[in-house]
Formats: sequence, C-alpha cells, structure tokens
Amino acid sequence: MRPAVLTGEHYITGDEACAEGAMAAGCMFFGGYPITPATEVAEHMSVRLPEVGGTFIQMEDEIAAMASIIGASWAGQKSMTSTSGPGFSLMMENIGLAVCTETPCVVVNVQRAGPSTGLPTMGAQGDMMQARWGSHGHYEIIALSPSSGQEIFNQTITAFNLSEKYRVPVLLMTDEVIGHMSEKVVIPNASEIRTISRPKPKGRKDRFKLYQPAENGVAPMPSAGDGYKIHVTGLTHDERGYPVMTVEAQAEMTDRIVRKIRDNRHDIIMTDSYNLEDAEIILVSYGISARTSLAAMHMARSSGMKVGFLKLNTIWPFAEEKIAELAQRARAFITVEINYGQIHLEVMRSATGRADCHLVGHAGGTVITPEQVMAKIKEIY
Amino acid sequence: MVAKADSTPSEQVHPLDHLIRTDRIPHIWCTGCGIGTVFSSCLKAMISSGIDLEKTCMVSGIGCTGRGAGYLNLDSFHTTHGRAIPFATGLKLGNPNLNVIVFSGDGDLFAIGGNHFIHGARRNIDMTVICVNNLIYGMTGGQVAATTPVNAKTTTTQSGNPDAPFNLPLMAWASGATYVARWTMLHIRELTACIEKALTRSGFSFIEVLAPCPTNYGRRNREKSLETLRLYRDKTIIKNNADPSELDVDFQKGVILGEFVDRERPTCIENYDRTCRAF
Ligand SMILES: Cc1ncc(C[n+]2csc(CCOP(=O)(O)OP(=O)(O)O)c2C)c(N)n1
Ligand code: SF4
Repeated sequence: MRPAVLTGEHYITGDEACAEGAMAAGCMFFGGYPITPATEVAEHMSVRLPEVGGTFIQMEDEIAAMASIIGASWAGQKSMTSTSGPGFSLMMENIGLAVCTETPCVVVNVQRAGPSTGLPTMGAQGDMMQARWGSHGHYEIIALSPSSGQEIFNQTITAFNLSEKYRVPVLLMTDEVIGHMSEKVVIPNASEIRTISRPKPKGRKDRFKLYQPAENGVAPMPSAGDGYKIHVTGLTHDERGYPVMTVEAQAEMTDRIVRKIRDNRHDIIMTDSYNLEDAEIILVSYGISARTSLAAMHMARSSGMKVGFLKLNTIWPFAEEKIAELAQRARAFITVEINYGQIHLEVMRSATGRADCHLVGHAGGTVITPEQVMAKIKEIY
Repeated sequence: MVAKADSTPSEQVHPLDHLIRTDRIPHIWCTGCGIGTVFSSCLKAMISSGIDLEKTCMVSGIGCTGRGAGYLNLDSFHTTHGRAIPFATGLKLGNPNLNVIVFSGDGDLFAIGGNHFIHGARRNIDMTVICVNNLIYGMTGGQVAATTPVNAKTTTTQSGNPDAPFNLPLMAWASGATYVARWTMLHIRELTACIEKALTRSGFSFIEVLAPCPTNYGRRNREKSLETLRLYRDKTIIKNNADPSELDVDFQKGVILGEFVDRERPTCIENYDRTCRAF
C-alpha cells in the first residue's frame, strides 16, 4: 500500500500525473466514466484511492459521475471526475448545480478534437468557451490549463485548493497531447505540498446560515451529518439556503457567486511572463500550445525580433487586466490555441483596440508547430 | 393534530413539527395532492425506526415530490431533475455512516433518471428510495409520464397515451433491489411500517407509493380526488411476495400492493471493501 504522496522522480503520462496530483491534494472520492483520452486518470485513481481508504466508482454515465462527486463533496470529501468533450457536455447541468450550491469539486477535461465524437485520440483546445459558460445561467468559474506532466501534477493540487477555498467547481483543462505524453514528474515531500480544505463553520448551530459569506465572500461549509440541518438546493436561494423565487433573491445569490470569484481574481489568476518588458509582439497561449509558443518566442528572439510570451495558467477568470496593461505597450498580440479563436476573442476584448490581435490556430488533431507561429510573427513584424 | 389538553390552538405543536422546516410552510402542494401524506408517513417512519436523525439525509430530484427535501428539517438536498440517486450515491459512499433517503417523483426517478435507478439497484447501494407515483408530471402541468396508463389523457397525449407504462417493482426486482414494496397513500399504516423496515435494513430499498394528482391527472381524466382514493380502496389487492411480473398498475384489473422482495445481498460498500480495499 502506497501513501497519498508518492515523493520522488517519476516518468509518467500526464493523465497519471493528474491522478497523482489529486492524491497529493487529498482527493478521497472519484466518480467517473471512461472516455479517451481521459480514461487513464480514472484507471489510475481506481488503483490509488483504495490504497488510502478513498473511494473510486465508475458511474453509469458522466451525468451520474458529476452528480456523485457533488454528493461526495457534501459528505465532506475532496472529490473529482475526469472526462473529455462528449462527457464534458453531459456534465454541464450538474456543473451548474455545483456552482449554484457552491460545492467544491474538480473536473478534469482532457480535450480532444470536436465537435461531437470528433477525433477521440487526437488533441485540441476547443472546449475553452464551454468551460466558461457551458452550463446555463450567469456565473463565474475557475479553469486552469497546464502544459506539461509536471504542471498537470502541480495544477491539479492548485485546482483542489482553489475549489476548496472558493467553494466552486474548478475545471482543469488539459489535452490529449499532454495527457498521453510521458514526461518526468517530480513529486515533492508531503510536507512541502500545501493543501487547503474548505472553511468549516464555527459557533452556534441553530444560528448557522449556509450561505452567509465570510470576509472573503465565501461561506463556511458544513458536511452532511455535522448537525447543521442544511438545505442545499439548485433553486435560487437566500443565505439560509431556502428557495426564494424573487428578482431580489436572484440578484443577491448571483452576485455572491460572481463576486467571490471576481473580487478574489488576483489570488486566482496565474500567468507566467517571458520577455514582456521590451516586447513589440506578445504571444498569448496556454496548455500544449504554450510549449509551441515558447519555442517560437526563442526562435524569434534569436533572429533579433522583440517577441514576448504571456503564458496563461488560469484561463477563467480571464487575465483581462494583464492584457489591457500589455496592450498599452505592445504593438500586437498573437494568440496560439488549437481552435478557431476562443481565447483569441478574449484577448481582443481585453486589448480594447489598443493593439492588433492575431490568431494562430487550427481545428485540432495535432499540435501547432513553432514554425507556424514564426510565420505569423514574420508576417506582422 | 395532537395538542396538550390545556393549550390554545396557536400553541399546538404537531408531533412531526421538529422534523419540518415550519418556517417554509405553507408548502406548494395542492389541496387533495397525495404527496404530503406520503411525506408525513416517511417522517413518522424516520422517528419510529430509531435511526440517528442527525446522520440522516434526504435527497430529492425535481418535481412536486422533489420539493419534499426542502421541507425536511434535517440535512436535505434538492438536486437536478433525475439525478437524486447518483447524488445520493456520492453522499453515501463519501460518508457510509449517513442514512440516505431518496424522495422523488415517478418522472424524476424513472424517465429522466431511469438509468440511475437501475444502476443504484444493481450496485445495491445502501439507501431507501421512495417514489411517489402520481402517474403524471405534476410540476410541469400534466404531461405524459413513463407511468401514465394507456389511453390516459395528458397535455402531451390529448387523445390518450399510446404507450404502455412501466411496472416499477418489476424493474426494481430485475435490477437487483433487495427490498421492494408498493402501497397507496391510503394504506398509511402499512406504508409507514415498510418505510421503517427499509430504513433499518441495509441495501437498496425501493417503495412505490401511488398518490393522486387531482390537479393534473384527475382533472383531465375525470377522476376526482375522492374517486382516486376509492380506487385505492376498492381496486387494490394486498398480496405480499406476489410475482413481480403481475404488478402492472391497471385499476380495471386491480392493482397489487404489498411487500414483494426482501432478500440479502452484499451492499456496494461491502463489495468494494472486500474486493478493492483488502490489502
Ligand atoms: C433537465 C430538466 N428537464 C426538464 C425539467 C422540467 N421538469 C421539472 S419537474 C418535471 C417532471 C416532474 O414529474 P415527476 O418526477 O413525476 O414529479 P411530480 O411533479 O409529478 O411529483 C420536469 C419535466 C427540469 N427541471 N430539468
Ligand atoms: S400538481 Fe399534482 S402532484 Fe403537484 S402538488 Fe398539485 S396535485 Fe400534487
């Protein structure tokens, strides 16, 4: 029997790194359904969770998988699921339930090319907008995007921490390429891994209100069986958690679930900057395409072009302030992503016309090459 | 109402009041609706069973019946349409010490949620599923359900339902439920006893309760509330251990009530411990 944290150097796939990240973060429940290219996350969790007393269950579909992790979260467990496009679509209604009921949980989407069944074994980054608002209604959500096995491991832990801290589902948007690629992943000592658990209520149980926010906008969360007699509903509800069918209650509740993310965006939004100081052209990218972009930036620099790179680790909420600031100094942005322009549109929106915005993208099935990015840099430099 | 002899009406306390979120009353259920009776039978059984109520949760889907969870003054979850069972599965597996009750409608549990029911029963997850079967979609205004009798009028089958309804106990039995019973909301004593039994035994227990929806079923099918209750009295046959294949709901033929299945099988958690957690 192995411990939750497998300290050491490993040569594993991104999907396995994701599972190990979840274990290190304290995940104790996984409800899933097999789908290429995410299946290995579930397979690995099915072996690992019982080793630490946790529970793995393969549910009858992704709708059930998503429902089960919300239930497990209210039972007090850190919980997760993993899927790819078609399953991500099926999870959407219950992702909304988790948003509305402020339930911490992690959903991993190892993206493949769509629409529909698409290219099951080949990567893409076409679900970024679905991650933003794929469930109905207006809300804020957190989505992260790692670009290597090591980052998948690290960001899975971050995903759990953010979901527990802000009581929101966190979407980890990886892709087939990094999910299936084997790379070196270093797992540190357990004592060096920072994990966060949801805030627990204190004080009198009879005065407790389920959605009364603390200072950071997030309400403490009891578990079922703790004696708080909670009522949890996906209907519009007041601070007690009771359904209230009024315009005012709708505004108050939506405000809370939106504000707790927006007001804490500086804690949530993570980016890495490369050569931005003097950059005339800035590449913006994430996930596997971040690696393409970094290579392209080095190629451009070695031929004397002032190209920088902004790597987005957090996709949602979007780093719009960062882009707006860069738009004052740079001449143009090139967004590099495996779709026909999703985050590209966000960059355009954030640049508010102060810098030209270009896209290097395609429909999916393979990565974008640094040469393709270079061609665009040369074209506009 | 049970009142202290010397109390005024405003001081009267119903014996189930402590289990009800009285600050949420009035409830949404129509006059003549059968759901409330089933709900209070469930509350009575929860008390008489002696289970630890602090560790007891109710999970509902969406529908008139699904509003049940919202009135229970215990940990309660009102989830998405059809998904009460998978939600409850996560809750139970996440904390096996919880007693989990699913309280929902026939549309919720057997149309949109039918697949989850089958798999919950197959896995023998330790939970009690109570289905209020009013033969219709009540909440959305009376559309055809998977339980609507052939030829019955609904807003989406205005010339009569062309399709055959499910036999729910048969499905529960075939899927592997370890306890299966059916009553009507008129058979309150038997119903309460069966719920009590289901709550104290382990495994996947299923109880179907026929209950009238005068607003959306009765009205369109020329069946007043009282007439439905008369059918429940005159056109039902109590037959414990009946063959599940005889259990169609057909009041012309007579509807069989009783306790049909009571068998032992390892639960989902017992099986998981034995096969996956034994190192
Ligand atoms: C995904 C989804 N589809 C449809 C609905 C609309 N809807 C709400 S309740 C319901 C049916 C309720 O019928 P039943 O489960 O039999 O419960 P009853 O109201 O009769 O108690 C429907 C279709 C919904 N809420 N969610
Ligand atoms: S519509 Fe029917 S099921 Fe719903 S509360 Fe009214 S009588 Fe009951």
